[in-house]
Amino acid sequence: MRISVDQSKCCGSGMCVLTDPDLFDQNEEDGTVVLLQEHPDAEHEATAKEAASLCPASAITIS
Amino acid sequence: MTELISEELPTERATPFDPPTEVSEIRGKAPISRLKFSDGHLGWLVTGHRQVREILGSPEFSNEPDRFHLLDKRFQGELPEDDEKRKPQPGMFLNQDPPDHTRLRRMLQGQFTVRRMNQLSEWIGTIVDDQLKHMRSLGNRADLVKEFALPVPSLVICALLGVDYDERHRFQEDTAKMLSLDSTFKEAMDAFERIQLFMRELIDRKKANPGGDDMISDLLATGEPTDEEASNMAMLLLLAGHETTANMLGIGTFTLLQHPDQLKILKDEPEAIDNAVEELMRYLSIIHFGPMRSALEDVEIDGHLIRAGDTVLLHIPVANRDPEKFPGNPEELDLRRPASGHVAFGHGIHQCLGQQLARIEMRIGFSKLFQEFPDLRLDVEPEEVPLRTNMGIYGVHSLPVAWSS
Ligand code: HEM
Repeated sequence: MRISVDQSKCCGSGMCVLTDPDLFDQNEEDGTVVLLQEHPDAEHEATAKEAASLCPASAITIS
Repeated sequence: MTELISEELPTERATPFDPPTEVSEIRGKAPISRLKFSDGHLGWLVTGHRQVREILGSPEFSNEPDRFHLLDKRFQGELPEDDEKRKPQPGMFLNQDPPDHTRLRRMLQGQFTVRRMNQLSEWIGTIVDDQLKHMRSLGNRADLVKEFALPVPSLVICALLGVDYDERHRFQEDTAKMLSLDSTFKEAMDAFERIQLFMRELIDRKKANPGGDDMISDLLATGEPTDEEASNMAMLLLLAGHETTANMLGIGTFTLLQHPDQLKILKDEPEAIDNAVEELMRYLSIIHFGPMRSALEDVEIDGHLIRAGDTVLLHIPVANRDPEKFPGNPEELDLRRPASGHVAFGHGIHQCLGQQLARIEMRIGFSKLFQEFPDLRLDVEPEEVPLRTNMGIYGVHSLPVAWSS
């Protein structure tokens, strides 16, 4: 599994960090998403998918 | 396709915690249906969870209010001659579209990150403790809204923005007037302008005394927003930051007191609070009906052609009860249900900027309230609790409570 994020779409809602702070963080300056693990291990795959589906700005994609 | 048409939006609630039954029935028949607006415009009523998300997430819909057909007949004919007054005010980014929305929201996003808000937990905890101590000092009964639910988020947002809480008389009552569906357009506008003046004075003061340790001083220090933008941004944060959370704390407490089996879960398992807050948000929603959007282009959704210029009402309370998203018993409060994915904070680029703050205020607020007052009870008959049926943000006007120990 591969996670990719698009900072230009991100609206800094924090939903991804709320869902899995091991995978995502937020930039201190403008609150946009910072990806911590591009290839999540098995135990984070479910939360990676959840974060992608919760993102209000569709800024997270899973492939 | 034959379409279901509602001549007007049902807004009467048969029970205090549930959206109007008629609107839920409409969702069962047609998650996207037609709705007549007060000028005769045939717009749309969207009640399905998936469909609400799709529209709120779409760049083809605008949130600029001067594009909306009005829902409320009372406002018709009262509107100012020119549409200028309905145009979004620069800085009120809730009512602005990209690129202005993106530019302005980004100036604040760094201040509302999950990490920053978590760092406030301890401080918010002391505000809650102080307010509960104050409530206890009143004896054995109090109005929970006046003594707890409204002060806590007001104190928090005032301190964050650098607004003097002792000046709350300059915004609390006027906020209520702006949100009241009983206010005329002029009354609401006048209230708006008084708060706007208060905010302009705030900006002037902060510019004269730079270096303050608050969000508005930080915002001004960036030099990015114009003075007008900065004062409207401050106003948006002040309004959105106190009324909403206050109403969740107020009607949320009422709800828990009326569902003792659910309240017991919270008391027995303190760690249940995070999901409990999500479920209370899903179940109560508090935005009375709405928000609205206006289509910028022709868009087809689920076989319905929404035309450019059409006004769309997204019914969040009913979407949050959609069995397709929340299977089982979506009409019931169930603190153990996985409730994430509700749209009580909206969806799309306007999704609530203050949601991480609101979550922390609610988690700490509900937890400490029931720890400190384990035998808290309603001090009137449930039917006597005055409901905010006349307000854009639903909730309770007051909540008389009592305790023995
Ligand atoms: C339980 C409490 C709250 C609820 C239910 C709530 C709900 C909402 C909703 C539904 C929206 C989107 C409206 C739309 O799409 O038209 C929104 C936007 C917003 N909220 Fe909240 N809110 C709450 C607390 C707060 C707090 C504490 C703040 C404070 C600082 C805040 C600040 C904002 C702002 C600035 C926006 C506009 C965002 C934008 O347009 O990009 N809210 N809120």
